[in-house]
Amino acid sequence: MTDTKASPFWWRSIGQRLTILLAGIAAVLAILSWWMVTSFAREAAEQTQDNVLVASATTIAEALRSEQGTILLELPYSAFAMLDAIGEDRVFYRVSADGETLTGYDDLVPPGTPERPGDVSVRTIDYRGDQVRTVTVRRTVLAGQKPVPVLVTVAQTRTGVEAIGSGLSQTAAVLSVALFILAVGLGAFAAGNALKPLNSFAQAVTRRGPSDLRPLRRKVPDELSPLLIALNRLMERLGQSIRRSEEFIAEAAHRVRTPLATVRAQAELALHTVEKDEEKQMLRRIIRAVDESSRSASQLLDHATVSFRADALAKDHVDLAELAAKVTDGLAPTADMKDITLILDATGPAAVKGDAILLESALRNVLDNSVKYSPAETEIKVTLDKLDEAHWRLIIRDQGRGFSSDSLPELTARFKRGANVDQIVGSGLGLTIAEEVLDAHGGRLELRNPQTGAGACVSLILPAD
Amino acid sequence: MRFLLVEDNIELGEAVIARLSLDGHAVDHAKTLAEADEWLAVAEYDLMLLDVMLPDGDGREFLRRTRTTERMPVIVLTARSQVSDRVDTLDLGADDYITKPFDFGELEARCRAVLRRRGTPTPALIPLGEALFDPSGGTLSHAGETKPLRNRELRLLEVFARNKGQILSKSQLLDRLFSQDAEVSENAIEVYVGRLRKRLLPAGVEIETVRGVGYRITWA
Repeated sequence: MTDTKASPFWWRSIGQRLTILLAGIAAVLAILSWWMVTSFAREAAEQTQDNVLVASATTIAEALRSEQGTILLELPYSAFAMLDAIGEDRVFYRVSADGETLTGYDDLVPPGTPERPGDVSVRTIDYRGDQVRTVTVRRTVLAGQKPVPVLVTVAQTRTGVEAIGSGLSQTAAVLSVALFILAVGLGAFAAGNALKPLNSFAQAVTRRGPSDLRPLRRKVPDELSPLLIALNRLMERLGQSIRRSEEFIAEAAHRVRTPLATVRAQAELALHTVEKDEEKQMLRRIIRAVDESSRSASQLLDHATVSFRADALAKDHVDLAELAAKVTDGLAPTADMKDITLILDATGPAAVKGDAILLESALRNVLDNSVKYSPAETEIKVTLDKLDEAHWRLIIRDQGRGFSSDSLPELTARFKRGANVDQIVGSGLGLTIAEEVLDAHGGRLELRNPQTGAGACVSLILPAD
Repeated sequence: MRFLLVEDNIELGEAVIARLSLDGHAVDHAKTLAEADEWLAVAEYDLMLLDVMLPDGDGREFLRRTRTTERMPVIVLTARSQVSDRVDTLDLGADDYITKPFDFGELEARCRAVLRRRGTPTPALIPLGEALFDPSGGTLSHAGETKPLRNRELRLLEVFARNKGQILSKSQLLDRLFSQDAEVSENAIEVYVGRLRKRLLPAGVEIETVRGVGYRITWA
């Protein structure tokens, strides 16, 4: 894992690695095929030249005859005509009997002459500043009664052969480059294709919700099945450990809250039996402290839930009107304790997309705040309206003391409470939770003190679905 | 009203019973699910208060199981406060949900709300002079007219109604109404007593001030 950092960028992806490797192989093959074609073509051209030279020399040798002890030669035209086929090369020749030049260039003497009649010797030599290919044929001619060895040498410069060779070599190079490019393209395609199961596998894992730890059931190529098995085992272990920690939190909450409940219940009962004001005051303080700790615990848990769930947001269809009704209902008895009337003005459907649990947390925390900070016998109004075409707005308006304007901008900061909260129990997380939930949904939380009338006004703004 | 409380913590259970008895409810206390089964087999209840974590099992399992046979409303008492737990519990068929630690006043309020929503078959009416007081419905009927009471008036009247002829001190009444608000003064009691007087006078019920001690309710 760590060494991926060290490798260069083009080596980090398997697709790129495969493409590069395939391109490398294609390059080697292209060079090899170019070299083979070139040398084969050159050899073929040389072979052709040699054959023509042999034919030419043989033709000349066959034209030799003797008359009264003298060797006569009438150079056949065809012997040179066939050499023209190769190109604009210069042609040299020499016919010698017994070392004496009969006709041709005296100095054209290639090394190593054939030993027996009918033998052919082929050489490449430097002659008059050029490389020439020579063919020497030996024949024995009877001059009178005496056999005379005759050597016929025909030579030709190699310009034509080389031109043909390099022409073929160029063509081969162009073909090789084309093949190389084609191979790279096909390689990239093959690499992409071979990696497709890996990508779709990755997507299947990515698409999952944060709490979806069921094993993956997919058909994967054999190479991926160890990864699939390992991943499923990991998810199983992760699921177990999440379940264990959830159970632990539930258990811990239970262990802490049950004795707190006992303390609170006993203190409240005691409040009815003690007479002195100081004693009552002490009991009230105990009750306040209990409320404070349990409230903090709830909000810390809520906050943890928000952080956990907001990372990979669920996409439920939520009706804000229904949600507002549910939350208002849930808090009505608490509000009733202080004779606070909750007025709900929300006609749905007001569809938004998001995490129902988180949205409920947000609204509950805001409304709970309002109930807590409102004086007895007041009203809290929950109104649902459309802010604009694309946004729904839930307004929670109370008749309490409102926000202290000094601390208004920072109220949603964690553990920050307003300057005017006095003795009211609170942890300062409620608005933070609401704001984080709305942020995660692409919405926002607005806090203000209305222009007219007392109280605070909190707006939850969410994009409409 | 007859309640069944299923709660394994004895001190908490006893405190809840003591408080509910003050309101005139009869409460049976089961410490385990098995005991709850026994009580349910022999008696009819108007409401069950059910703890979630019990020594012999999960209260929610019990809820799921009994929901099919019992029609009585259930309020779940739980230490789990998260919205998801709340949703789960309500989905299982609980009528309401209260998180520990709770305020007795709130417990009362929730019990009353649940009973009202379910429509109690026989309201336990308390005659006050010529008027009839329905504590669970939160109404006062007089001369063919039924008027709803506000929550604090209701709670105050409940105390008076059950203590006919007794002197109740301001501080006693205060505790009953405002256990969670530290800032309330005894003057607040005067306001509520004043309102009740106005409501009760036509029915021939009097709340007299016993100077220096408190109040006493009397009717003919």
